[in-house]
Amino acid sequence: MENNLLSLIIFAPLAGAAINWFVGRRVRNEKFIGFIACASVGLSTLVAFYLAFKSGGALRSTEPIFDHLWTWIQVGKFHADFGLAMDRLSGTYALFVTFVGFLIHVFAVGYMHEDSGFYRFFAFLNLFMFSMLTLVLADNFLLMFVGWEGVGLCSYLLIGFYIDRKEAGDAAKKAFITNRVGDWGFVLGIMLTFFLTGSISFFDKPVQGVASALQTIAALPMADPFTWHAIFAGGVTSIAVLLFIGAAGKSAQIPLYVWLPDAMAGPTPVSALIHAATMVTAGVYMIVRCSAIYTHAPTAMFIVAIIGAATALFAATIGLAQNDIKKVLAYSTISQLGYMFLACGVGAFTAAIFHVITHSFFKALLFLGSGSVIHGMHHEQDMRRMGGLKKYLPITFATMLTGWLAISGIPIFAGFFSKDEILWKTWSAGAFSLPNPVWSKALWLVGAVTALLTAVYMTRMMVMTFWGTERFREKHMDHADAPGDAAGLHDDAHHGDHGVHEPHESPWLMTAPLVVLAILSTIGGLIGVPYALSSLIGGHPQNYIEQTLEPVIATAPGDHAAGEPGAEPIWLSPPPQPVDGPPAFSFLGESRGAGEVTHSPEEIRAERLLALLSVLIAATGIAAGWVIFQKRPLLQMPRILENKYYVDEIYDAAIINPIKVGSREGLWKLFDVGVIDGFLHAVGEVVTEAGRLVRHMQAGFVRGYAAIILLGALAVIGFFAYFGVHALRLVQ
Amino acid sequence: MGPQLSWYLALSAILFTIGAAGVIIKRNVIALFMCIELMLNAVNLTFVAFSSYFQDVTGQLFVFIVMTVAAAEAAVGLGIIITIFRNRESLDVDDASILKL
Repeated sequence: MENNLLSLIIFAPLAGAAINWFVGRRVRNEKFIGFIACASVGLSTLVAFYLAFKSGGALRSTEPIFDHLWTWIQVGKFHADFGLAMDRLSGTYALFVTFVGFLIHVFAVGYMHEDSGFYRFFAFLNLFMFSMLTLVLADNFLLMFVGWEGVGLCSYLLIGFYIDRKEAGDAAKKAFITNRVGDWGFVLGIMLTFFLTGSISFFDKPVQGVASALQTIAALPMADPFTWHAIFAGGVTSIAVLLFIGAAGKSAQIPLYVWLPDAMAGPTPVSALIHAATMVTAGVYMIVRCSAIYTHAPTAMFIVAIIGAATALFAATIGLAQNDIKKVLAYSTISQLGYMFLACGVGAFTAAIFHVITHSFFKALLFLGSGSVIHGMHHEQDMRRMGGLKKYLPITFATMLTGWLAISGIPIFAGFFSKDEILWKTWSAGAFSLPNPVWSKALWLVGAVTALLTAVYMTRMMVMTFWGTERFREKHMDHADAPGDAAGLHDDAHHGDHGVHEPHESPWLMTAPLVVLAILSTIGGLIGVPYALSSLIGGHPQNYIEQTLEPVIATAPGDHAAGEPGAEPIWLSPPPQPVDGPPAFSFLGESRGAGEVTHSPEEIRAERLLALLSVLIAATGIAAGWVIFQKRPLLQMPRILENKYYVDEIYDAAIINPIKVGSREGLWKLFDVGVIDGFLHAVGEVVTEAGRLVRHMQAGFVRGYAAIILLGALAVIGFFAYFGVHALRLVQ
Repeated sequence: MGPQLSWYLALSAILFTIGAAGVIIKRNVIALFMCIELMLNAVNLTFVAFSSYFQDVTGQLFVFIVMTVAAAEAAVGLGIIITIFRNRESLDVDDASILKL
């Protein structure tokens, strides 16, 4: 189904960026610039919702909506379109990207008030929306990569937005370069996909004569063997691992996560939009989009699960000890992204997307809330100089409260359902991508411990910020001993001002998005209530998210053989869950088909037990955090955590310094000065020396020249005279 | 037996060799100039001899071109010689061994 409205979703923000860049810089009117920026994203949002939910829309039919703009590259078998496609997955993504993006744009109008780079900020932010939506709606790998690089560029521009601060520029470079490492894997993955399948398209497009690369792989009868060897075999597993390297770079997973905490040097709305809600989840999107590849690559899925779980736990422990409010949220984001990859790794792709959505709500909320706090505190980010703010910023406090409960995993709030879903699917993961059933329990344990830590550090953040004594009146207590955190980050322009201003609540432009996001963080999880829980209260609400996404998620190759006798279907994780009666309103026009599997009562009971357990974990974490930090909000955390396990220092020593030294001593002083310059100098000297030798022929005596001419003539004649006809034949 | 082609060629070779040797040996610029003329005329003689031998007028045509060029060259050459003589008060070519004065 073609629908040209689809291109409006991506081109409206592009137009907004162009207008703000070319016109806004001359007008310099905040109302005009803010209106253009918000209106363009608002238009995208409306179109996205219309296309997703209209009759026969992307989320209501199994057919994607296509918009073929032009054929971009056509060389031999290689065919790349500038074409957009909105299926259930990209539609879901487009919905929350545009909607959350719109709210953050509105917030930013208030936050960036009176900033000299106002037009620049919104031009970049709109450009980011264009790139992100291109990434999501692209119908082939190459166009997706264009969006992928586009968001990387905008991330770079916006992290380094405060161009007069060195740490912002350094952080921007760090983000950009770290992402290049990941892109290397992504590009190789795309190439390998093309070599194996002869296509880079996500979808079958008969009009253009393009076959889907993913369908080709999905149709493979056998998954790759579960061996380490498969990684280097150049098959599907190699593609999956290479693509995951790209995803790890963009989505800040070990070992490429180091750029994300530093990226907090950008303005807070940027952190909320790019480094929490949308861009960093692009890696998850890519992996879910390529679920057909991953379900044929159990080794790669195992790696994804391990990396995801490790990142979740690792970042959560660091988040415990940070004092900069944005750093806490940054590590929390890394940790939550780890959950999403854990879900992908155990085959729970829908749970990963569900968590992406709820996370985008509550993490955007928390970031914007922290932005509101920072704004109200006159650009103070160090939580040690906050405290007792709930009286001064009541709306911010109330909204962040919902975000806190959501991320901690308190029931009803959005984060509970998605996190619980991931934990349950991890616990019950089949043996497909795990070498041994113990692994699923071990990964679950890591997830559960992370959930506990999450509740603790979020409680710490809330307590340090909103409760307790008002520390912002005190003159700076310890400016000197704040290594590498807020000391360098907070705004120097307001350096001498702490304690002079009273904290104040933000204007409505900033609080209104907070309220909307708070509502979504509270009830947003109800789109994905699992059967085990919904059946407690009579089967409604439905698990809409799972029903919606199930058709676009590939299943393991064993399913193709399900009809044959003796073939046991391999489920990556518990199969889609049954539905009590007809859904309240149906996204799906068609029946569920043969994939429907009913759950045994034991499994439902186990899932309920685990859900209860994760509620207990969340409550324990909050209680522990409350007890520990309520009395002593400035409690010194372990140094190794505060210093982030010295990973930056290790990277400096192990990678960055060797490269720097190698470049300076080896490439510059040895190779450039020695070899390249040396070669050029040698050429010059040889010519000079040769000239010095033969200059004696040029004595200036005319008779000498005449003699040389004569000798030359004699030599030529002599040559022909001696060799005669043969020489002539040789010449001809 | 009338004059043969080889006689002309031999004479031409002799004249040319005298000219070439003169160019190398003589230091007086006028003498040198005359030796160049001698070489040119030796070549002219060859042209005419071959023209007569092959009953082809092209050779004689070349002679006219050579004579024209030789005349032009003599005019330019003598002009240069006079200028050099004014500056150096010498007709020895070895005195004019550097381009600047």
